[in-house]
Amino acid sequence: METQIISNTTSPTSTATEHPAAWKWYDYFRFNVDHKVIGIQYLVTSFVFYLIGGLMAMALRTELYTPDPDVLNPNLYNAFMTNHGTIMIFLWIVPAAIGGFGNYLIPLMIGARDMAFPKLNAIAFWLNPPAGALLLASFLFGGSQSGWTAYPPLSLITANTAQTLWILSIVLVGTSSILGSVNFVVTILKMKVPSMQWSQLPLFCWAILATSVLALLSTPVLAAGLVLLLFDINFGTSFFKPDAGGNVVLYQHLFWFYSHPAVYLMILPIFGIMSEVIPPHARKPIFGYKAIAYSSLAICIVGLFVWVHHMFTSGTPPWMRVFFTVSTLIVAVPTGVKIFGWVATLWGGKIRFTSAMLFALGLLSMFVIGGLGGVTLGTAPFDLHVHDTYYVVGHFHYVLFGGSVFGIYAGIYHWFPKMTGRMMNERLGQLHFVLTFIGTHLTFLPMHKLGLQGMPRRVAMYDPQFVNLNHLCTVGAFVLGISVLPFFINAVWSWIAGAKAPDNPWNALTLEWTTSSPPPVENWEVLPVVTHGPYDYGMGYGVSHDSNPDANDSSDDSSAPPASNPILALD
Amino acid sequence: MKQIPASILTLLAGIVITLVSLWVGQHHGLLPEQASEQAPLVDRFFSVMVTIGTALFLVVQGALIIFIIKFRRRSGDETDGLPIEGSIPLEILWTAVPAIIVIGLGIYSVDVYAQMGGFAPAGGMVAHHHTRPHHWFTPDAVAASLEPNSGLMAAPATLAKYGIGAAAGQTDSADLTVNVTGLQYAWLFNYPDSGIVSGELHVPLGQSVQLNFTAQDVIHSFWIPQFRLKQDVIPGENTELHFVATKVGTYPVVCAELCGGYHGSMRTQIIVHNPDEFAVWLQQNQIASHA
Amino acid sequence: MQGSTLDSTQPPHPVPAAESHADLRVWGLLTFLASESLMFGGFFAAYLVLRGGAAEWPPAGTEVELLLPTLNTLVLVSSSFVIHLGDTAIKQNNVAGLRKWYILTALMGSIFLIGQIYEYLTLGYGLTSNIFSNCFYLMTGFHGLHVFVGLLLILGVLWRSRQTGHYSDAQHVGVEMAEIYWHFVDIIWIVLFTLLYILTVF
Repeated sequence: METQIISNTTSPTSTATEHPAAWKWYDYFRFNVDHKVIGIQYLVTSFVFYLIGGLMAMALRTELYTPDPDVLNPNLYNAFMTNHGTIMIFLWIVPAAIGGFGNYLIPLMIGARDMAFPKLNAIAFWLNPPAGALLLASFLFGGSQSGWTAYPPLSLITANTAQTLWILSIVLVGTSSILGSVNFVVTILKMKVPSMQWSQLPLFCWAILATSVLALLSTPVLAAGLVLLLFDINFGTSFFKPDAGGNVVLYQHLFWFYSHPAVYLMILPIFGIMSEVIPPHARKPIFGYKAIAYSSLAICIVGLFVWVHHMFTSGTPPWMRVFFTVSTLIVAVPTGVKIFGWVATLWGGKIRFTSAMLFALGLLSMFVIGGLGGVTLGTAPFDLHVHDTYYVVGHFHYVLFGGSVFGIYAGIYHWFPKMTGRMMNERLGQLHFVLTFIGTHLTFLPMHKLGLQGMPRRVAMYDPQFVNLNHLCTVGAFVLGISVLPFFINAVWSWIAGAKAPDNPWNALTLEWTTSSPPPVENWEVLPVVTHGPYDYGMGYGVSHDSNPDANDSSDDSSAPPASNPILALD
Repeated sequence: MKQIPASILTLLAGIVITLVSLWVGQHHGLLPEQASEQAPLVDRFFSVMVTIGTALFLVVQGALIIFIIKFRRRSGDETDGLPIEGSIPLEILWTAVPAIIVIGLGIYSVDVYAQMGGFAPAGGMVAHHHTRPHHWFTPDAVAASLEPNSGLMAAPATLAKYGIGAAAGQTDSADLTVNVTGLQYAWLFNYPDSGIVSGELHVPLGQSVQLNFTAQDVIHSFWIPQFRLKQDVIPGENTELHFVATKVGTYPVVCAELCGGYHGSMRTQIIVHNPDEFAVWLQQNQIASHA
Repeated sequence: MQGSTLDSTQPPHPVPAAESHADLRVWGLLTFLASESLMFGGFFAAYLVLRGGAAEWPPAGTEVELLLPTLNTLVLVSSSFVIHLGDTAIKQNNVAGLRKWYILTALMGSIFLIGQIYEYLTLGYGLTSNIFSNCFYLMTGFHGLHVFVGLLLILGVLWRSRQTGHYSDAQHVGVEMAEIYWHFVDIIWIVLFTLLYILTVF
């Protein structure tokens, strides 16, 4: 922020053209202020961490194939378990969904040439690689082993150096998240193209707005809690040391005040992606635009007042358990509005089963299971039984893998042509979908029963009666591991040598499809004029007429002028 | 083939979904056996949620699958679907129905919670939220708590604030009080009335038992899956569980809160005896511990 | 933002007036400060919980001093009015006035920080003495860090104001931002002073 304050105002009269017509491959490895470069940097970096976190998960599932702790040292198991969660949340889903898609798409969707604060945007991204490096470096000191929740007193007495690095890492990504959110809020509120009405704002933008507000309000509270933890570990304070007047439950409140909204940080942008992917591939207007837009804001507000449902078995008085049961259940209502809206969008459509659509439909199916499980967990009397069991692990993986990761995949298949100027291979996409769909159910469905039957989470050893279901989970985890291969091959191969993408391969109506694929550095030669809503399918836009005549060709038409690929423009 | 009216089909689907959901709700077989008075309460509540959940699952997944098949693009069709942008009555319906369901579940859950004794952890309704017994936090006090005959043994019973208390309709004073200490990676059970210290929890069938928890090092969580009860054991806080065992047998006691490398091995068992057998156990161990 | 590749470059064709967006940095700063205030909110909440759980607050031997901090508070609160005079001056295109008032604000901010350090040195207890002193040093220290950053911002404005025409009645966003930040630091201090000093005495 400080550099912003003492810097010059943007000069609207500057005419120097310092940037190239298109970015070269090495521009993607440097400090670059173009929101599109930053978006791709977020997506690629977070995907690398996804692979690392995924390997950790496979190590965990390998250990859990048998009841005894026979593969990993139990402390290493806990380190993998802690960092698997931390990496997947803070270095994969949050940066990919918000940083990746948000940065790439928001200016393109609202008709802006960049974000409000491009340099700040780049700074926010470049906080992520050192954060990841700190986490990985923590393994030199044993790795933090107290779970991604890092509850004291355990986090105060276990692997202190690694825990300190973990805290610094989270504070870095938290700062990144706050700076990014400042950018999103100001950009969305102040920079949409004047011809766009608020009712024409794509639902992804509403979702990112709600996400950013939530991040701004909750992240600093986590930072406060982590600073206190840092001082307790390293500077001799006793905020969370009960024998010196501290309070361990206080940490849980500070932690969950952020970390429950963090669930919405990971799913609201995905809901936005769903609302962008389903209409063009179903050739239908979104069903209930206003309801879906407002439900994002409702989730954002209610989501700030549900955090104690993670603490029903902790030191919480009865009134809290009751209050937060009710508030948690209420979140199901706006979430249901979205689900029903998407299902209704399919009615009367002409559904095209592209890879993007397959993942969106898969998400719909998965999220129903995750959501219903969430409702049961939100009730205090039942949660007393299943809290901290595999039931919870199964539930949140349905939400975060079946939800967030499916949504990220859907988004990548949908916008890959726009981002790279190349089409992805549909066959490999279908294979990827089938493997992922089977793997997800196989891994996470049995976990529900394991938890109900009595298997606690975060254990490296378990009762032999649970061995059969654990076999299923482990096999499923390996199917999931393998499922990444067709995607990875597809993405890399298509980026280098995929079929050239037309400007608007899906005949979609949001603004990002009115520019070339990939877009030029300032997004448009001449800013587009909004003449119709973002989802006005079946009203004669998209198919027969379009504001951009080049974009009208159906996807199998190869006569569209090939767009230049920035990654390949080596000279 | 004669066309069956859509309203009839919808009605039939509704009946089938209702019947299937009711059946699944009663026969899911997901929960372990019930061995406490709270267990049937929780299970009935869970079954209701499973019934509603199954119905919603079938409705949404069914609609999804039907729409996917019925509204798939036929090859060669490049046209758009119907320009339907919403339907206010339908949106009100699917906002109101879930809202009514969750409010109903909320009320039911509060009722179940009250019947389980959730509103009556000892002292919970009288103790001021901000006054905590400081002397109890000192390492000396914790160490003293491990001495079976320490004068502090009775302290947590009166000071416990969080957890599950005596169920509705029961008196606050339990037939048997056991002070439980959680430490990496074991449970210690002190019977203050008889001076017994044990690594396993022995309780009599059909009598009210109160467990007062103290944590020696980090947070643990005391869980008996067959009792459907769990309570964190927290350094610096006094927590409790109150239950009546309803079935003779041996059940696992599990630590459910990550407490270190060997968290998974922090297990013991609870043995529910007939009252006569329990008296015998009490007597034998009393002799052993005083010998 | 100047010097950023994208901002300093415009497409070769004429840009319609609607495309060059207004300066949004004040909006950005306000959004950021809304977020930042919640970090203090977290500390305040933690403080109140810990205070509520203590038998005696502050514990014997760690009482706060009141005279110096009150004087310090007066200095900081009045500096908020002084910095506003600087803002008023630049709105009348009076750069000399801006410099005068901002120098005075910087001096008052420095006095506050020096007073704070003096207080630390004379209190007789340190960060780790007890749970109260943990809170005391962490919260005042974190606030002091913000005062220090605000001081740097003011000095930055002063440095830039040496260049003729850098700030004018038409162009003074940097001046405004430094002022907003300074008010923020001031408001936080009033809450902090109430919690840490006034409420521990009464």
